[in-house]
Amino acid sequence: MDKPELEATLRGFVGRETGPPVEGPDPVNEVMIRHWCEAMGDANPVYTDRDAAAASVHGGLVAPPTMLQAWSMRGLAMADLRQQQDETHSDQQLALHELLTQAGFPSVVATNSEQGYTRYLRPGDRVISHTVVEAISGEKATALGIGYFLDTRTIFRDPAGDELGWMTFRVLKFKPHAQPAAAAPDPAAAPAKPRRLRPPLGHDNQWWWDGIAAGELRIQRCRDCGTLRHPPRPMCGRCQSIAWDWVVSRGAGAIHSYVVLHHPPVPGYEVPLPVVLVDLDEGTRLVANLAGRKPAEIRIGMRVQARIEAMDEEMKLPVFHPAESGS
Amino acid sequence: MTTALRDRAAIVGIGQTEFSKHSGRSELQLACEAVKAALDDAGLSPADVDGLTTFTMDSNDEIEVARAVGIGDLTFFSRVPYGGGAAIGVLQQAVMAVATGVAETVVVYRAFNERSGRRYSAGISEGIVTADLIHWSWYLPFGLLTPASWVAMFAQRYMHETGCTSRDLAQVAVSTRKHAINNPAAFFHGVPLTIDEHQASRWIAEPLRLFDCCQESDGGCAQVVTTLERARDLERRGAVIRGIGQAAAADQENMTSFYRPDITFLPEMDLVAKQVYEMSGLGPDDVDAAILYDAFTPIVLWQLESFGFCGRGEGKDFIRDGALELGGRLPCNTHGGQLSEAYIHGMNGVNEGVRLIRGTSVNQPAKHDHVLVTAGVGVPTSGMILGKLD
Repeated sequence: MDKPELEATLRGFVGRETGPPVEGPDPVNEVMIRHWCEAMGDANPVYTDRDAAAASVHGGLVAPPTMLQAWSMRGLAMADLRQQQDETHSDQQLALHELLTQAGFPSVVATNSEQGYTRYLRPGDRVISHTVVEAISGEKATALGIGYFLDTRTIFRDPAGDELGWMTFRVLKFKPHAQPAAAAPDPAAAPAKPRRLRPPLGHDNQWWWDGIAAGELRIQRCRDCGTLRHPPRPMCGRCQSIAWDWVVSRGAGAIHSYVVLHHPPVPGYEVPLPVVLVDLDEGTRLVANLAGRKPAEIRIGMRVQARIEAMDEEMKLPVFHPAESGS
Repeated sequence: MTTALRDRAAIVGIGQTEFSKHSGRSELQLACEAVKAALDDAGLSPADVDGLTTFTMDSNDEIEVARAVGIGDLTFFSRVPYGGGAAIGVLQQAVMAVATGVAETVVVYRAFNERSGRRYSAGISEGIVTADLIHWSWYLPFGLLTPASWVAMFAQRYMHETGCTSRDLAQVAVSTRKHAINNPAAFFHGVPLTIDEHQASRWIAEPLRLFDCCQESDGGCAQVVTTLERARDLERRGAVIRGIGQAAAADQENMTSFYRPDITFLPEMDLVAKQVYEMSGLGPDDVDAAILYDAFTPIVLWQLESFGFCGRGEGKDFIRDGALELGGRLPCNTHGGQLSEAYIHGMNGVNEGVRLIRGTSVNQPAKHDHVLVTAGVGVPTSGMILGKLD
């Protein structure tokens, strides 16, 4: 399954129920409440002391609100859902996970959950949960690896249909970063650091990036009329010549305008990230990042000097720095 | 002179789906629903349609829409590039087709799941870039990936040169929100906004904050364009297109025209203004209300300057004291704009422009003889002036 096909199939899951409503096997009961409170170290008497609870605003025992999900969980059987699959009881959440596993995203990690509580539960209450796939992200590059975020929303109701509470749950289904091969000399074995997006390359710009790789900041020059141009183009807009070469810029200039990027976060870029538009002394403009100044210290007109620096083991970029005073 | 298209066609029907964050259905279905609603509004049937036009960025093929809606033979179909810059360009296509007899009744449409599907705010990436690959190589590695980041570069320089502040930008957002409060179709229906709330909102790309940025929305919009003769036979009042134009200006890039000597104004929108004023024989003093493309707040100021409502750099002064609100000099984005109603690539604004001429806006100004409607900013773009059908 290719990526567009996978993503189209994934989108088909959005809005679907993961299965029929699930009723908790036991009603809300004092035994499970006591176990929970012991495990959590919650000594609030309204959960476990009948007399104290009767005298409280609740007028009787209530369950800790955070137990909401526990009442309708399937217990140990959840660990072996696949064995329970048949035509009449297919779990869409499992199908979704299977689909992504088959597509090369085998790992799963829970990332977020939120709950809301409509009313307190009391011993004897029955809890029915109903879960819908709420959203599926596009492919995301995360620190763990590339994958998809799957969001579900569960509504908890009583048998009369009145809402008791809700829960959203987000998991990342992902392809873990490749482990270094056994023979690899890299002893650090750290997960691969997300890298900056690569520039798309073609006839009209490869030579410029080759220059960067060689440590040169180049500016295209018309061989007939001498006009400098950036971004480069295959023809001179002034004299229509297709003959060109380049000059190497000294990399000095002044900030014409700038942006400080904050949102959205993109792997490989650390925010806040200043991007400057610089009037190079040769007369053309260039967009690149600025280092060595806090965002609040950046000023239009500030003198800057480009250096070519390695972003990772493969890519170099020009980076502007505040010019040395007097230069 | 380009008067050939003056008073040659009218928008006789407008249609739209609900605007949402999750439509729960295909973009094709949204397109079909919007087209059908526009035909119903016009009192026409699918069989009356012989032309279709949309954005190059739209995923709904003309023939798919035609088959699904039951539109029969087509003698005209076309597309306009450059994102929201196409919003009035598609209407210009329709007007040209109608004026030349290539088609008699053309429907323009735009529908997408921009919020629940691929969000433009998520940024361009190596995988998505298609036709203009090389262009993006100058921005991708440095992190300029989103429309907000590109507009912010112009905004910073504009603010530096004119003294416009973030609080001035807030005034645009607040004025627009006042209109959305009354509009049940708007995302921010009933939700007011203050200058201080704008100022407290987080940075997206300095100098732009969250409330300087438009909604991201799912939805579809459509308009029906036909001859004035046919328009006069229809029950509902149409809006005549008095002047219309498209423009790309010298040294134009797609959202990143950073290399012009002066980046604090919009040469392409100046060229649109020149055309629509010359074609219509009207000027800024004749314009009673405006729908100015508002994907981001500063672009509203630049357009006020392009269309001569104030001098260059004076946008911030013009909008003080509620000039963009009902009762002000130029009621603007009376539907709540893309900032506060929904972002449908400017096409929801076209529908509002027609409502203003008809006198049916939820924020209806008393005088509404001529309404200016514009398309995307920072891209090759388009605009028009609508008037009343005599």
